[in-house]
Amino acid sequence: MPTEQESPAATTEPTVRLAVRKTYKLFIGGAFPRSESGRSYPVHTATGDFMANAALASRKDARDAVRAARAAFGTWSAATAYNRGQILYRVAEMLEGRHAQFTAEVAAATGDRDAAAAEVDAAIDRWVWYAGWADKIAQVHGAANPVAGPYFNLSTPEPTGVVAVVAPPESPLLGLVSVVAPAIVSGNTAVVVASEDRPLPAVTLAEVLATSDLPDGVVNVLTGRVAEIAPWLASHMDVDAIDLTGVTDAGLAVDLETAAAENLKRVLRPAPASSDWAADPDVQRMLALIETKTVWHPKGI
Amino acid sequence: MTATVASGLSEVARSDAALRAFLHGLPGVDQVGAQQRAAMLGTRSIKTTSKAWALDLAIRMVDLTTLEGADTPGKVRALCAKALRPDPTDPSCPPVAAVCVYPTMVATAVETLEGSGIHVASVATAFPSGQAPLAVRLADVEAAVAAGADEIDMVINRGAFLSGRYREVFDEIAAVKAACGSAHLKVILETGELATYDNVRRASWLAMLAGGDFIKTSTGKVSPAATLPVTLVMLEAVRDFRAATGRQVGVKPAGGIRTAKDAIKYLVLVNETAGEDWLHPDWFRFGASSLLNDLLMQRYKLSTGRYAGPNYVTLD
Repeated sequence: MPTEQESPAATTEPTVRLAVRKTYKLFIGGAFPRSESGRSYPVHTATGDFMANAALASRKDARDAVRAARAAFGTWSAATAYNRGQILYRVAEMLEGRHAQFTAEVAAATGDRDAAAAEVDAAIDRWVWYAGWADKIAQVHGAANPVAGPYFNLSTPEPTGVVAVVAPPESPLLGLVSVVAPAIVSGNTAVVVASEDRPLPAVTLAEVLATSDLPDGVVNVLTGRVAEIAPWLASHMDVDAIDLTGVTDAGLAVDLETAAAENLKRVLRPAPASSDWAADPDVQRMLALIETKTVWHPKGI
Repeated sequence: MTATVASGLSEVARSDAALRAFLHGLPGVDQVGAQQRAAMLGTRSIKTTSKAWALDLAIRMVDLTTLEGADTPGKVRALCAKALRPDPTDPSCPPVAAVCVYPTMVATAVETLEGSGIHVASVATAFPSGQAPLAVRLADVEAAVAAGADEIDMVINRGAFLSGRYREVFDEIAAVKAACGSAHLKVILETGELATYDNVRRASWLAMLAGGDFIKTSTGKVSPAATLPVTLVMLEAVRDFRAATGRQVGVKPAGGIRTAKDAIKYLVLVNETAGEDWLHPDWFRFGASSLLNDLLMQRYKLSTGRYAGPNYVTLD
């Protein structure tokens, strides 16, 4: 390192370094593509300053994301619950390592730095809480049913399939984690539409997921207009469930639920506007996205 | 002019030397140019009614293929049922052009498809390698024809072709053509093993001179299989061959074409290279199995406005 004496600071101009700006892209099938449409949209801070350009996903990006999620479903749902849990813990470790970056992005989006640090803490804890459920859902919510015959009768929870998720708009990280983790912990794969106005923490979460042993395509993140993307996901015949938590337009929510009926998707209705994401979670989100398989097996022969 | 060229062409196969002189006298292929032209034509945007027309045409051009060691009569019957009614929920969906199977499965396919107008194609001549004595390969063809196949997909002797024994390849194709009788002969060049576009052009001309009714890119067992530039070179060959002799020969890319988007790129290539005369199932085919499902899903998307999923088409 040069010392004060050696550097001719007085005679040369101060070093000017061009900042390397980050390009926020989509996350589809483990890769970070730009939108197929080539579009992007500006993202602003809470105070209205320009922060970055995010990719503006099109219906074809949604289609590609569903294809990636479907391709990933076989391996992810067949992975042992223990293995899924370990991978989700690993995600939490990676989140912890990016704590400062998440805090900065959440603070820029919401405008409150102290609250942002607390939100990131809560998001990591939330992720760990759901990770712990990976190998416990079957014990707690499966059952050995008494039946009137010489049979073992076992009910086990199984993943539903590909889940489309509209993330809550106001809580860019904690709300996102609170809808994504319960969807994938049971073996579903997800296509997530990030918060429209605050999408940056979602893209950073995607970078965490990409480096956490999570198989490609288990989570796919789209940034853009909910009103543009969600109808294609709701009507897509290869999507098995749709979580409308982040849909704020009541009319749109009704349209989406109607479109989802064509192939009998499971639908989670929008969260009430007063949702407190910091409140302790319960198991309802996980249970809403599983199917119960009941097996009869003869005994005593 | 055409007459003199045609009479000239009848002379080129009189000796090995004449055949070699003719094939090596064909103009060389501009490799970069062919790749760029194929890539450029692949960027054409085909939408709405044009897309609907192209999808239906592509379905009608499919040679629905199963060439696995594990093929059973039951699987072939299921494939034939799909060939007849690719989308059972939509009566407006056209049937495919042909079903392509191994010779032992021909009788099953013929029985299932009787009276439907769908052709039964059979690979023969010790497919896919072709490494069997000529008598065995001809017996293979005769067995498939006797079982009722009306199209035969033969493989050329790549060993002989690559070592420059063109006359031998020519005579073998002519012998297979004779063994086919009234059945159509598709000559598989296996372009993935021919290494250069110049060889593809020479093999195309050789197959056409020897009497092939179709030239086909690949067996599907070798990678790379069909590509757009290779198909471009073959389409140029059939166009020039018709201009020189008046006889029209078909083209069949096979292997590796899995999406409707790819299929439409090929149709654009056909239209821009060989011309509209080839945009018909009699003159252009797709050798494929999974392509049909994607065509059906795209068709569904176009007619309903919602994306389809693999749960709504058959497994095969």
